[in-house]
Amino acid sequence: MKKRNRLSFAAAILLCAGLSAACSSSKAEQSEGGADAKEPAAEASGNITAVGSSALQPLVEAAAQQYSADHPGAVINVQGGGSGTGLSKISEGAVDIGNSDIFAEEKDGIDASKIVDHKVAVVGMGPVVHPDTGVEDVTSEELIDIFTGKLTNWKELGGADQEISVINRAQGSGTRATFEAFGLDGNEPMDAQEQDSSGTVRKIVSETPGAISYLAFSYFDDSVTALKVNGVSPTKEEVETNNWEIWAYQHMYTNGEADGLAKELIDYILSDDVQDTLLPEMGYLPVTGMEVERDAEGTIEKTK
Amino acid sequence: MMAKLVKETEHPLFRRSRKQHTERIGRGLTFAAVLMTALLTAAIFFLVFTKGISTFTVNGGSVKQFFTGTSWNPGRQTGSGQPIIGALPFLAGSLAVTGLSAILCTPIAVGAALFMSEISPKSGRTILQPVIELLVGIPSVVYGFIGLSVVVPLLRDHVSGSGFGIAAGTIVLSVMILPTVTSLAFDAIQSVPRQLREASLALGSTRWQMICKVILATAKPGLLMAVIFGMARAFGEALAVQMVIGNAAVLPHSLFEPASTLTSILTMGMGYTVLGTAENNALWSLALVLLLMSLVFTLSVRWIGRRKRR
Repeated sequence: MKKRNRLSFAAAILLCAGLSAACSSSKAEQSEGGADAKEPAAEASGNITAVGSSALQPLVEAAAQQYSADHPGAVINVQGGGSGTGLSKISEGAVDIGNSDIFAEEKDGIDASKIVDHKVAVVGMGPVVHPDTGVEDVTSEELIDIFTGKLTNWKELGGADQEISVINRAQGSGTRATFEAFGLDGNEPMDAQEQDSSGTVRKIVSETPGAISYLAFSYFDDSVTALKVNGVSPTKEEVETNNWEIWAYQHMYTNGEADGLAKELIDYILSDDVQDTLLPEMGYLPVTGMEVERDAEGTIEKTK
Repeated sequence: MMAKLVKETEHPLFRRSRKQHTERIGRGLTFAAVLMTALLTAAIFFLVFTKGISTFTVNGGSVKQFFTGTSWNPGRQTGSGQPIIGALPFLAGSLAVTGLSAILCTPIAVGAALFMSEISPKSGRTILQPVIELLVGIPSVVYGFIGLSVVVPLLRDHVSGSGFGIAAGTIVLSVMILPTVTSLAFDAIQSVPRQLREASLALGSTRWQMICKVILATAKPGLLMAVIFGMARAFGEALAVQMVIGNAAVLPHSLFEPASTLTSILTMGMGYTVLGTAENNALWSLALVLLLMSLVFTLSVRWIGRRKRR
């Protein structure tokens, strides 16, 4: 009995060891095989990790997938975790790419001089409301008054007799930072409901009468009403001319100058191929189409 | 393996038998497991403690403000350069949700346990045992999702407000801790000695009198332990509560307004803060409070257990 137990225990351990060895060796073979297969030596192969902004994650994942399909030697791991995580991990040098939807200069505790910024896309954001509020266009002042709690009922804006219920994203979310800076002119919104993902926000706004929140354009759909602000519609064209001011760059930061596979991937995302087809498909705006440029202080410069 | 030259001191009679050998190995392995667990616990305590107090030691937050302040914005500073860390809204939210779910859940759990143990053991056990096991197995994200899709709209349409709030959290948590409390209460009632039951019946009490006066009275410490275990679980539950409570950092003044708990603020904020900053340290302080609270729950259970034995 005892002997048999011990034997089976040893067997189990051996099995585990064997399995893990087999796994790692097959991985190694794959990557070697891939590198030898057809890539010239100049091509970067290897293993990189990109971490951070959940707003940018889908794009980087899709691009990484396409890139890996053409370059079998490249292994690209993409993880979320939020802009704060992306920025802190890249300044520590713990990852190869840090994704963020805010400038590193805007984040406390980050030394922006050590990391290099690559703006790969633009995301427009706008206020959304429950379809039955009866309001479709607000002024900037009204928007600020709604989010700071001065206006509490939609009928004050000529809509339905329905209490306004404000829903924020979590403190530290890039979407929230952008909306506060350019939608609310830097005003602090009142303490209200907070949700930590855009998907949840959309679900709640579509189900709760009188709800208002804000979302990236890529999350707009028929279940919520996207508001005009000062008569301007939240569209790609209006963002490109900066008539619609609530937008943010999507940044991919590297620690020092990008090199190897990280550089390859960023160049690939900036290539016309990805900028003109993949980006619009996924609801992002190509950074190449922008007619203005904005720096970390929010200063706008016309480029076209 | 065995075919070595035998030295004099290694005469077969001096040598340890194989059985002794396995005995020693077994003792070594089990002791290593215990040591590992103890070290892990100590390491977790150490980490949370050092990180948790750094809000006050490094960033200069005030402890008084932490427990009494009502505005929470650790990224900003007050006029005197202290981070704004008023955690009272979350403390109140956590305590309210935990207390209310215990109040809501205890009568149901004790009733079900009594039915299973005293009234109708056969049918009670065939129905309730699988139900309880099933409830224990449901992951908390599923509870949260059901809460979001069923409980919240129900409260919104039939009570008031947006449906998010302490009431929704309480309902979801009550169902979550029901199986824990029920099975522990059942064990407590089962452990009442048979002589007591028979003695009270022999003295002419009805079954109901026996249950009220004898069984519940005797099982009281055990029942209390069951409730405290349930409360500990409710206090630490994060995901399901975060989905239905609304996460507003305001002092709750109604059961049907969005509020927040320690756990929901923690899970919301972790991904958005940078390690080592005041915002991140403030979250660690919340974690420290949670850890201390769970310690309080554990100690009180042990204390009740000790008193029971006297």
